Amino acid sequence: MNALDVVGPQLIILIAAGLILLTEGIFGRYRRILPYIALAGLVASAAWTTSWVIRDDYQTIFDGTFSLDQYAVFFYYVFAGVTALVVLASVDWVDRVGRRQAEYYALVLTATAGLMFLAGARDLITIFIALELSSIPQYILAGWQKDRRSSEAGLKYLLLGAISSAVLLYGMALIYGFTGTTILPEIGRVIAAEGEENRALLIVAVTMLIAGFGFKMAVVPFQMWVPDVYQGAPTPVTAFLSVGSKAAAFAVVIRVFFEGLGADFISSDWANIFAVLAAVTMTVGNVMAIVQSDIKRMLGYSSVAQAGTFLIGLAAVSATGDGFTLGASAVLLFVAAYAFTNLGAFVAVIAISQRIGSDQIADYSGMWKRAPLLAAALAFCLISLTGIPPTAGFWAKLYIFNAGIHADLAWLVIIAVLNTVVSGYYYLGVVRQMFLGDTQERPFRVSPTIGVSLAVTTAGVLVFGILPAPLIDAAQEAVQIFAGQ
Amino acid sequence: MTIGLEEFLIVGSLLFCMGLLIALSKRNAIGVLIGVEVMLNAVNLTLLSFARFTESAQPIAGHTFVVFVITVAAAEVAVALALAILIYRNRETVDVDQFTLLRS
Repeated sequence: MNALDVVGPQLIILIAAGLILLTEGIFGRYRRILPYIALAGLVASAAWTTSWVIRDDYQTIFDGTFSLDQYAVFFYYVFAGVTALVVLASVDWVDRVGRRQAEYYALVLTATAGLMFLAGARDLITIFIALELSSIPQYILAGWQKDRRSSEAGLKYLLLGAISSAVLLYGMALIYGFTGTTILPEIGRVIAAEGEENRALLIVAVTMLIAGFGFKMAVVPFQMWVPDVYQGAPTPVTAFLSVGSKAAAFAVVIRVFFEGLGADFISSDWANIFAVLAAVTMTVGNVMAIVQSDIKRMLGYSSVAQAGTFLIGLAAVSATGDGFTLGASAVLLFVAAYAFTNLGAFVAVIAISQRIGSDQIADYSGMWKRAPLLAAALAFCLISLTGIPPTAGFWAKLYIFNAGIHADLAWLVIIAVLNTVVSGYYYLGVVRQMFLGDTQERPFRVSPTIGVSLAVTTAGVLVFGILPAPLIDAAQEAVQIFAGQ
Repeated sequence: MTIGLEEFLIVGSLLFCMGLLIALSKRNAIGVLIGVEVMLNAVNLTLLSFARFTESAQPIAGHTFVVFVITVAAAEVAVALALAILIYRNRETVDVDQFTLLRS
């Protein structure tokens, strides 16, 4: 019973997914309530998580393979929030598509449960299964619309995803062979004790792990799928992929590398790899984003560039604060800020593309006159993605740069600041188009569900932009489990 | 000569490289999937030989891992074939070089 209690937040989401399928099957006429069952499940899951925060009785179950700790809880909230906002933003679109509504919501919830398992997984087998539990529904969702573009996006995503998980598995097999265990803290102990002489072998394994996870994180040179899948997949699915999937990948990477491969001699090696990847990823993502004319493709490359900024936090492993790791807490803060901001931008894109039927940036001209609030919200999110105050994105970038400086990575931070300037060019280019461009088109209104979703994300970006302290505290507390490792 | 861990690992790594080569060079989507299957089986062989030949604290973990890899791979292939059929219906080919609708 206790184990069921611990995985309650995930179970309740899976139950909601089952209920949705049943409701569609039995009471097909009441299709309108499906998204609200999903929302109820997510709220109940967050409530269950909160009950664990109140009980303050964090523990490890299933023979040490799964743990419920502050770190996992932080991500539970992020995932539940992200999925709730995505569900709200997809109501209209799913209604219009008409068929297979129950499957859409059930798959989104299943993927969310997978992401949550990933945040708590502490064992290589569990990580692999959780990764696939979240990935396989996402492959299906990317091909959801069944037209040529969507199915192409789905198959591309699946084939590259399958190759990357095979590479990841080979890395895991090498780690298992070397340490004789699949549980992360045990791996960490064995490597710290006797790993030094086998450093070369370990570096091969680490490289394969980085390649496998790098695909999910969308890091150069494993980013080829990003623009294609983002453009081809239905926009609400793209929003989910760009935020949920990426956040989970960073969650698991931090846990694997800090808990399993945290020994000094090997952590300096992977920190160097991450630093180089960060510099390359930011630069390639930003340069490619400039030349895009489709906003979904542009946001795809921009999310690659953002992944590069995340990596600065991983490279800054040697920077420590007061009993916590500065780099890891910076990644967590960035994850939360990025989730709100990028989701907000995508929700606005969903609303606009539904009304004007186009994703071309040129068609955003004069959006200010057609839908003032929508244009303002999108502009605000893009400003946050650039990293200009008073937004959550500003504090996240500042904090992650601070971690980089503390880890003596000044060169990397300089590259990141230059990249921020470059990214301002294309983010603010969209803003300029919306506010200074001219249009003869008629004004339009957005639907209430999208309005709510957009209001919540924008409010989040603004509130954490003005009062970042609670979020920073939460991020620092969450990574305290890695202290002293 | 007795066959030990080393031989199994060599076969495993060769299989893995062959699978990766197939997956990256095949133009047919089904061919890519076959390459992925070869890679996964190389992983299974590696895991099993580690579980069998090394002094492991958790020998059962290697076996368990293999069972899960096989199961998840089956699920993945089911989805992949469904998507491949969908694409074939849309455009009568599963040649990955023809997937050029999504370009900037």
